[in-house]
Amino acid sequence: MWQFIRQLFHKFGSPKWFYGIASKMMPWLLAIGLILLLAGLVWGLAFAPAERLQGNSYRIIFIHVPSAFLAQSIYIMMAVAAVVTLVWRMKLADLFVRAVAPVGAVLTFLALFTGAVWGKPTWGTWWVWDARLTSMLILLFLYFGVIVLMSAIADEKSSARGVAVLVLVGVVNIPIIKYSVEWWNTLHQPATFKLTEKPSMAPEMWVPLLFAVLGLYLLFGWLACLRMQTEILKRERRTRWVRDLAAAGGN
Amino acid sequence: MNSEAPEMTLAAVRVPVWRAMAAIIRRDLRASLRQRQDLLNPLLFFFMVVTLFPLGVSPEVSFLQQAGTGILWVAALLSTLLSLDHLFRHDFDDGTLEQMMLQPQPLFLLVLAKSLAHWLLTGLPLVMLAPVLGIMLHLDGNSIGILCLTLLIGTPVLSLIGAIGAALTLGLRAGGVLLSLLIIPLYIPVLIFGTGTVAAASNGAPVGGYLALMMAFLVLAVTLAPFASAAALKISLSNS
Repeated sequence: MWQFIRQLFHKFGSPKWFYGIASKMMPWLLAIGLILLLAGLVWGLAFAPAERLQGNSYRIIFIHVPSAFLAQSIYIMMAVAAVVTLVWRMKLADLFVRAVAPVGAVLTFLALFTGAVWGKPTWGTWWVWDARLTSMLILLFLYFGVIVLMSAIADEKSSARGVAVLVLVGVVNIPIIKYSVEWWNTLHQPATFKLTEKPSMAPEMWVPLLFAVLGLYLLFGWLACLRMQTEILKRERRTRWVRDLAAAGGN
Repeated sequence: MNSEAPEMTLAAVRVPVWRAMAAIIRRDLRASLRQRQDLLNPLLFFFMVVTLFPLGVSPEVSFLQQAGTGILWVAALLSTLLSLDHLFRHDFDDGTLEQMMLQPQPLFLLVLAKSLAHWLLTGLPLVMLAPVLGIMLHLDGNSIGILCLTLLIGTPVLSLIGAIGAALTLGLRAGGVLLSLLIIPLYIPVLIFGTGTVAAASNGAPVGGYLALMMAFLVLAVTLAPFASAAALKISLSNS
């Protein structure tokens, strides 16, 4: 078992190996992800019962909750990859951070935007300086910082490690930011899903939501693979295997 | 001769770390006192930014009393940001930083010393100027006292966190703006609790809890931030 993990770990050092594995996984990620997401969205938006107090406007959670989920977990994944970059100097981990930081920023924005659209009919305002909204906004700033730093450092190696340090500093700050704004001012409801409790919603509502969340996770996996592959091709364009690949592709 | 060589290296190792830190602080203070303009600039900036609010928003006493602490905190934060660019820049340009890295003492402690010197040169003067501006913003005596206390605890945190950004952006072309973009999100908790303490005090609520949390930030920043700054410095220097 340990031997196997070590072998896998060494393989992860090779962009070429990852390129092959990713190509095999991507169709599955895309297909299952799309099916789950579409099923969740169609079920949630068209067939799930309307909410007792909010009517149909609650349906935006089928987009809001998955993107908010992903926005936060992408940052955590980036932090794990940052540790790997700093400790083992693994190129692939840095490629991952680079590939997913813009995706995370977009999803954070989507979560904020859908929240604003929902907030207008429900709270009567587009924006409140509430704990959850503010900490998501700061998360968006952290993503922006990572993206800006990524493009500012030209040297590949120091860019990788500098970005990793910033991501880790940000992750130390996330709980602090979360609690500081939570004690400061709060209106947002508590989390929808908790690992330890049964959801308080009706199953007709949370099952499609769960589908949408899982679907978006898989789609994110597909997108991460695609973006990492692109970056690998760009960086390794002078190597033999990339040239062979291009020749075999026929274009 | 041969037998002496290892002893000399040992003697170099034995320079106590606190003495190396004190030497760095003394050197930074002396260098700044000879370049007084650098010392004065953040203070002038602080003063001018605070002046903008009564002129730009409203000079009414009720508004200023309500917003005064926030204005002072934001202005202190901005002028700290402004001064951060210099934190490692001179040492980077003349090669002192490289020598610092070659020292046997751990780099994070030397970085801690540099952050402390930065606070003594910018944070502390800001804290001392704050009461004057507080009076101009019609804050009452109690609020000014608490405000200065929060600034006294909060500005070292700003210096320590800022050092991380200064180290990361060292030697980059777009250094100044980039530094602000990276650091402002990290400053937000300090700002929230800094102004929250004064708001609680003026509402007559107990402030002990708030102050304890701010002290916790300070302890966290002192213990963790120098490690991140030292790592960032190593990266920036290996780049150049």
